[in-house]
Amino acid sequence: MPQPRDVDESFLALPLSALTEAALTRAVDLGCEHADLRVERIRTQSISLRDARLEALTDGEDLGLAVRVVHEGTWGFAAGVVLTAAEAVRLAEQAVAVAQVSAAVASDRVELAPEPPHEGSWVSAYDVDPFEVPDAEKTGLLTEWSERLLAADGVEHVQSGCTHVKEQKYYADTAGTRTRQQRVRIHPVFDALTVDRATGAFESMRTLAPPVGRGWEFVTGGHWDWDGELAEIPELLREKTKAPSVDPGRYDLVVDPSNLWLTIHESVGHATELDRALGYEAAYAGTSFATVDKLGSLRYGSPLMQVTGDRTVEHGLSTIGWDDEGVEAQRWDIVRDGVLVGYQVDRNTARLGGMTRSNGCAFADSPHHVPVQRMANVSLQPAADGPDLAGLIGGVGRGIYVVGDKSWSIDMQRYNFQFTGQRFYRIEGGELAGQLRDVAYQATTTDFWGSMRAVGGPSTYRLGGAFNCGKAQPGQVAPVSHGCPAALFEGVSILNTVQEGGR
Amino acid sequence: MSARTAQQLVEEVLAASTADGCVAYVVESTEANLRWASNSLTTNGAMRSRQVVVVSFVDGGAGMAAGTVARTGTPDVAALVAASEQAARDAGPAEDAVPLLSEVPPGAGDWDADPAETSIEVFTEFAPALGEAFGAARGRGDLLFGYAEHSLTTTYLGTSTGLRLRHDQPSGRVELNGKSTDFSRSVWSGVGTRDFRDVSVPDLAADVERKLGWSQRRVELPAGRYETLLPPSAVSDLMLYAYWTMEARDADEGRNVFARTGGGNRIGDRLAQLPLTLRSDPAEPGLETATFQVVGSSSGAASVFDNGMATPAVDWIRDGVLTNLVRPRAWALRTTAPAVAAVDNLVLESPDGTATQDEMVAATDRGLLLTTLWYIREVDPQTLLLTGLTRDGVFLVEGGEVTGAVNNFRWNESPVDLLGRITQAGRTERTLPREWNDWFTRAAMPPVRVPDFNMSSVSPAS
Repeated sequence: MPQPRDVDESFLALPLSALTEAALTRAVDLGCEHADLRVERIRTQSISLRDARLEALTDGEDLGLAVRVVHEGTWGFAAGVVLTAAEAVRLAEQAVAVAQVSAAVASDRVELAPEPPHEGSWVSAYDVDPFEVPDAEKTGLLTEWSERLLAADGVEHVQSGCTHVKEQKYYADTAGTRTRQQRVRIHPVFDALTVDRATGAFESMRTLAPPVGRGWEFVTGGHWDWDGELAEIPELLREKTKAPSVDPGRYDLVVDPSNLWLTIHESVGHATELDRALGYEAAYAGTSFATVDKLGSLRYGSPLMQVTGDRTVEHGLSTIGWDDEGVEAQRWDIVRDGVLVGYQVDRNTARLGGMTRSNGCAFADSPHHVPVQRMANVSLQPAADGPDLAGLIGGVGRGIYVVGDKSWSIDMQRYNFQFTGQRFYRIEGGELAGQLRDVAYQATTTDFWGSMRAVGGPSTYRLGGAFNCGKAQPGQVAPVSHGCPAALFEGVSILNTVQEGGR
Repeated sequence: MSARTAQQLVEEVLAASTADGCVAYVVESTEANLRWASNSLTTNGAMRSRQVVVVSFVDGGAGMAAGTVARTGTPDVAALVAASEQAARDAGPAEDAVPLLSEVPPGAGDWDADPAETSIEVFTEFAPALGEAFGAARGRGDLLFGYAEHSLTTTYLGTSTGLRLRHDQPSGRVELNGKSTDFSRSVWSGVGTRDFRDVSVPDLAADVERKLGWSQRRVELPAGRYETLLPPSAVSDLMLYAYWTMEARDADEGRNVFARTGGGNRIGDRLAQLPLTLRSDPAEPGLETATFQVVGSSSGAASVFDNGMATPAVDWIRDGVLTNLVRPRAWALRTTAPAVAAVDNLVLESPDGTATQDEMVAATDRGLLLTTLWYIREVDPQTLLLTGLTRDGVFLVEGGEVTGAVNNFRWNESPVDLLGRITQAGRTERTLPREWNDWFTRAAMPPVRVPDFNMSSVSPAS
């Protein structure tokens, strides 16, 4: 039995207690009703290869601290990079000064939903810390696999790489919470490109392997069939370049989890963030059609639709022990039997939404940024006795099977979206009948989810996700996973992207 | 703040280097921001950071290799240098290897001076003015949302070839979004700034109030192709995407919209009917930016070997003809073409562009006037087909006047294709890209007229 990991000693050796004492004492002395201190160290390594040659290897480490206060009902925030008690005191004072500048033009009173104090450590589930693997070993393997892909017939270029992150976080607040956390995530990508010089056409195909909350073992340990995927891409790409251009119109879609996770992210994940529904993101990320008055009554989709939010699923990218306001990780319902029943909240919006407790969705992407409400792992549940993929496709007379995510766009109230994919297959008489080109699907959120006629069984369920979900001003990025089965949607509008371009 | 200055850290890194070449740079940054929603301030902050970046170059016999390590704060110099040298030794020869530069570019700044700084006090006059705008909006029954940010970054770049370059970059932006209390009407105004001295809250608030007034009458229109007036902000978001795609290597390899069928790139091709010029200039008044390159990581658009390379003014499109693409030195050598660096500002102008947006509205019989574009993503790289939404004000123009507000649309358009269809460009003015201002705030664009903008479907969003 491997020993449960602890947070790295080198992080715990930072003067966390001294910084806590300095910052929180000063904040209380200055009359703050709440204050918290975060110390974060985020290590990021990006390896990129162009045509199987190393293009860039960058290794960054971001270490800093931040003090956030509620002073006379107003937020104040200050961040720095010098880990001394004197700087912690200065940041506490500056955070109060910021709150005072703001108070003149703030009429909302900040009140945090209560949370019991927590004390402890939490480490995400991974086997091999990618930062303990020698760089030469990582680039060597990526180079070898890229060469393999590049050597295949028809593949002219390969863009590939891997990004891995190790995030260490200490949180302390005036209620007595003290938490230490460490998590690791990784995303290897291989993208093959073919070019037809004579016609000027080019086409690409990318691996479907998702970003995951795992270590280097995701590359080497049998969690993903890399050999199989790298071997099939050249032939799939060749087939795609020769495929017929799609006839636009309405089709039944079987959407693979490798594509559906992103549709869930955009049309359910963001739409059920309470800060958006309340207008806090109105000028930037946007609002939501799923407004608070519709909680418990909005028909989001067909009765087959069951969506949960969680910060607990193993290997999930937004899985944590406690959030950046000291709230314990939880799991809850967002859509039940097709009806909106829950939101993602932080401690201030929980109170505004009439909830007695936050569900733990506060997150800051670095020590330099203030925590905002960020997305949980928002997942569509499979049907316990649902069909497998062949069963779903078998139920379609004329349709399209959508595999892999590519382009995505949705409006500021999360109604109108348009997605493309890595591969689109024609379905004829319940069978796949070759690939199609130039396909995009477009819909309005509630129409799309309302058209969900069948939900795949547990055998089709996969965890997808992204490292780079953007929100807030100043801009922050957050990693998040979405689990989903394959599912069947009836009569979805399909566009031909060449025709859309006026050609 | 720290015991050691940025300049001392650069010198210590270069002195500790045992590699065949070394680039070290320190970025000192300060930032202050205010955010508001529903006529009340929400979040805010004052941040200070320092990033230390070391790029080591090691000749392993088969060619020069590079490795980059970055840390915040005041890191241990010996460990940082050792880590970057190890990364370079592990990397293998770099394809973009060329000798490091030693020629001092123009405008290199005062190496010895302390970093420039900003603080929350930059909003001392702005915040009360905003408070007054909140009060006025409350009185009208409107809601204001938005964001203001000011940052100053000072970069000190040193190389083992003797360069010591410094640049101060102030950046600022304000976005003001006005809504009716039921959120059914929504409009926007925004501006980029260097120092907030040129930001007038009353002017922004008046623009928002005017557009909310235009929105009193609501008109539903279906999807379709419309004569459309795109204001400078919308034009900037489209042109920026085209600019970011202007990589010579991708074009030469046949893999972007600037590739020529049959091989090579499209430099020399006419892209616009009008004599439009798309250009960048580090000395552009109000949009001043660095005169040399600072690169931590190589890509098709930039190379770590080009650190310190001069970034002079460059025309990307001149009089409607594609003239330059971004080309690091190594690719320039490979293709016997000039090395061209990207610059952190962008200007589109027409020699006969004198009309204001209001004059262009007055000259429109029937068409749409947009405010901003949103959620822009690439659909087809071959044509650079982009998709996105209209946001915060689609206005119907009839008989030379705005007569109401139209529903939003999802659009599908290529900025390169649009260049060829623009029939009028007005007077160029400083603007703020709505979609991309997290990354890019220095733009000047004209309003343009497109006779057949592709509104692909209706968005019910407001």
